Amino acid sequence: MRTLTIAAALTIGIAATSITTGAAAQTPAQTLRIGLQEDVGSLDPARSAQVVDRIVFASLCNALVDIGPDLKFVPMLATSWSTSTDGKTLTFKLRQGVKFQDGEPFDAAAVKANLDRYRTLPTSNRKSELASVDHVDVIDPSTVAIVLKAPDAALLATLSDRAGMMLAPNTLADPAGVATHPVCSGPYKFVQRVQNDRIVLEKFDGYWDASHYPIQRVLFQPIPDSTVRLANLRSGSLDMLERLAPSDVNALKQDANLRFVSVSGLGFYNMTFNVGNGPRSNTPLKDKRVREAFELAIDRDAINQVIGAGIFAPANQALPKSSPYYDAALPFTHRDVAKAKALLKAAGHEHLDVEFTFGNNTVASQIAQMLQAMLSEAGINLKLRPTDYAAALNAAHNGDFEVLFTGWSGRVDPDGNLHQFNTCAGNLNYGHYCNAEVDRLLNDARVKPDVATRKPLYDAAQKLLADEDPIVYLYAQPWPFALSKKVQGFTPYPDGLIRLRGVSVKG
Amino acid sequence: MLRVIANRLLVAVPTLILVSMLIFGLQKLLPGDPVLAMAGEEQDAQMIATLRAKYHLDEPVPVQYALWVRDVAHGNLGVSLRTDVPVASLIAQKLPVTIQLAVMAMVFALGIGIPAGIVSAAHRGSALDYGANVVALSGMSIPNFWLGIMLIFLVSVRWHLLPSSGYVPPTDDFWLSIKTMLMPAFVLGAALGAQLMRHTRSAMLSVLRADYIRTARAKGLLRGAVIVRHAFRNALVPIVTVLALLFGELLGGAVLTEQVFTIPGFGKLVVDAVFNRDYAVVQGVVLVTALSFLIVNLAADVLYILLNPRLRRS
Repeated sequence: MRTLTIAAALTIGIAATSITTGAAAQTPAQTLRIGLQEDVGSLDPARSAQVVDRIVFASLCNALVDIGPDLKFVPMLATSWSTSTDGKTLTFKLRQGVKFQDGEPFDAAAVKANLDRYRTLPTSNRKSELASVDHVDVIDPSTVAIVLKAPDAALLATLSDRAGMMLAPNTLADPAGVATHPVCSGPYKFVQRVQNDRIVLEKFDGYWDASHYPIQRVLFQPIPDSTVRLANLRSGSLDMLERLAPSDVNALKQDANLRFVSVSGLGFYNMTFNVGNGPRSNTPLKDKRVREAFELAIDRDAINQVIGAGIFAPANQALPKSSPYYDAALPFTHRDVAKAKALLKAAGHEHLDVEFTFGNNTVASQIAQMLQAMLSEAGINLKLRPTDYAAALNAAHNGDFEVLFTGWSGRVDPDGNLHQFNTCAGNLNYGHYCNAEVDRLLNDARVKPDVATRKPLYDAAQKLLADEDPIVYLYAQPWPFALSKKVQGFTPYPDGLIRLRGVSVKG
Repeated sequence: MLRVIANRLLVAVPTLILVSMLIFGLQKLLPGDPVLAMAGEEQDAQMIATLRAKYHLDEPVPVQYALWVRDVAHGNLGVSLRTDVPVASLIAQKLPVTIQLAVMAMVFALGIGIPAGIVSAAHRGSALDYGANVVALSGMSIPNFWLGIMLIFLVSVRWHLLPSSGYVPPTDDFWLSIKTMLMPAFVLGAALGAQLMRHTRSAMLSVLRADYIRTARAKGLLRGAVIVRHAFRNALVPIVTVLALLFGELLGGAVLTEQVFTIPGFGKLVVDAVFNRDYAVVQGVVLVTALSFLIVNLAADVLYILLNPRLRRS
């Protein structure tokens, strides 16, 4: 009986697939085919947990606000906004005449419905981002007020991302429906998805800014192997791709038919030391002199030149250079093997064996090997422990590591790059570093209203962190794109998203 | 004949149960937590706990297994943890792709392997035999992914003859679908064809030594007729066995080839699912793969009976 039911399900499914996978064989003019590094996870902004999901959302959905290439906030579904003097009410004026892709009008009630869903859906990944929200008030159809429990400086940035993306209210009741067929208000509407193969979007003619979107159809194809992704671009099967492998940068620059565009992202790659998470934290790494020796033994420029082909911009802090909060005064630690050895000796070690855990991929394993070579000169012997991504995450949470190599895709607001990694109870504080002063500074910076009042707090926190080195930053996450010369008008943004306003495909 | 089929189907049930238990158990031995993997960058503790409870991941493994079996018995293969898509519909999406790739690869394998095996056995020890063996050995030794990437560079990037990768359903555009699948099918078929050639050759050699072949030749039958009608037919039984095993393997998905040519088949589905610890998907795919393997081998058993009259009586 069991096998019969399954067989029946399959037969029906086969018939269904031949109908549903049909759409993308033909490629009419003004189709943009984009090669992605990995397949998208959930197409429900509430559930989404990957960077690559956001690349698709950028064409499919609009958020209340957006960011410009300079990381300043620009109007999107909201045309203007203001914060009350006590910082606890954020009022948005909404754009008039906006329609969702199913024809529903966009208004304040829709904003409330979406924000309430993000805050209450049991499986929502947006809950903690919106934790400061107490309730949402509809003032009139084009005005909405978000009332907060406490001031939250990061909220505007949060609302420029998935937590601020508006789905058609009529579709919200069915969470599975949202994930399989999202209906938003963005410039392109959802047509179909074949997992591991393609996501097809089509121009939404009712979009309020439709005249600035010449592309008629967008095809996202996940092609994890970077060599194959590039071969597809070269053979003309793709028009552009994201996250070009650094090893292909030089070859690409010499190809007359292709263009290379790269921007330094909001995120970073780092080494996290286990200083307090479980029994494996009982190592010499608890001593900050040893951690400093680690940092002194590495050469970020060499990593950038040898592995990064010049796009792994060395980083000494969690904040990107493009951020107004970037601390330019924070000194870079340059390689000094003699000093590293002296520090180790002062801490009572001639030689040190340290395990280095990393999620295995080509770049990570190259970096691990290079760090191993550099650290060995200072008397630190790295034992490399490559695992797959899921196992590395598990090790991180359970404290089953000594040094962990990880990355973070970054957030527009500095809070997203610092708070959860460095506060005592932070979700992503894998090493369980804990310093009451850092907690105080980072918590304070959350509730202050503007750059002028927040920056000194972040500067002070980063100074402490740089001194104690619970995390050593290696390089800023780059966003290298490769495009066919036919693609015109593309501007890369530090958040790595592909915004198609003004982008066209010639010929 | 019917009894053979019925017997085989009866044996299939415990096999499937055993396979599913094994896979379930082995998956749980893997380090890594599906909910953490799913949460990705957003490691919100409350959300993680909610999901763990929702998918019964906080229950003991035997309970989880029992719950899975209960659902499957009701025709429900579960839902992908990562994408919320029902596993049955994922399988339905991928199975036709995998079948098309498997069939086309088999066409290449048969087209290359069987004639080469026959010729090589008939001309044993000749330059032709050695030549065929060298080609076969290279076919087996060249890694799929390397051959695939080389073909993409030559055929698609340099000569622009075939699409470099992807998948087009045959209902959409039949010829484009065949064209897109030519390279991956060739890559897979070349390696299988080489194995098939070796098996055909050795099966043919042992038959060619038999007395009845000598008798047939002594009666004055043409050499070609003896090889094809008498020898090959008798050599077919071991060849069919190998064929069934190879085809069954193909139905499990060709991981590397699918990865290189970005074909959305079983191989890619299951590898992604393993990396994301998407247990329900892995279980579903393995179940269907095991089932198709059993069906293919059952078909092989039926073929034996058709090929060999002696088996019909017993």
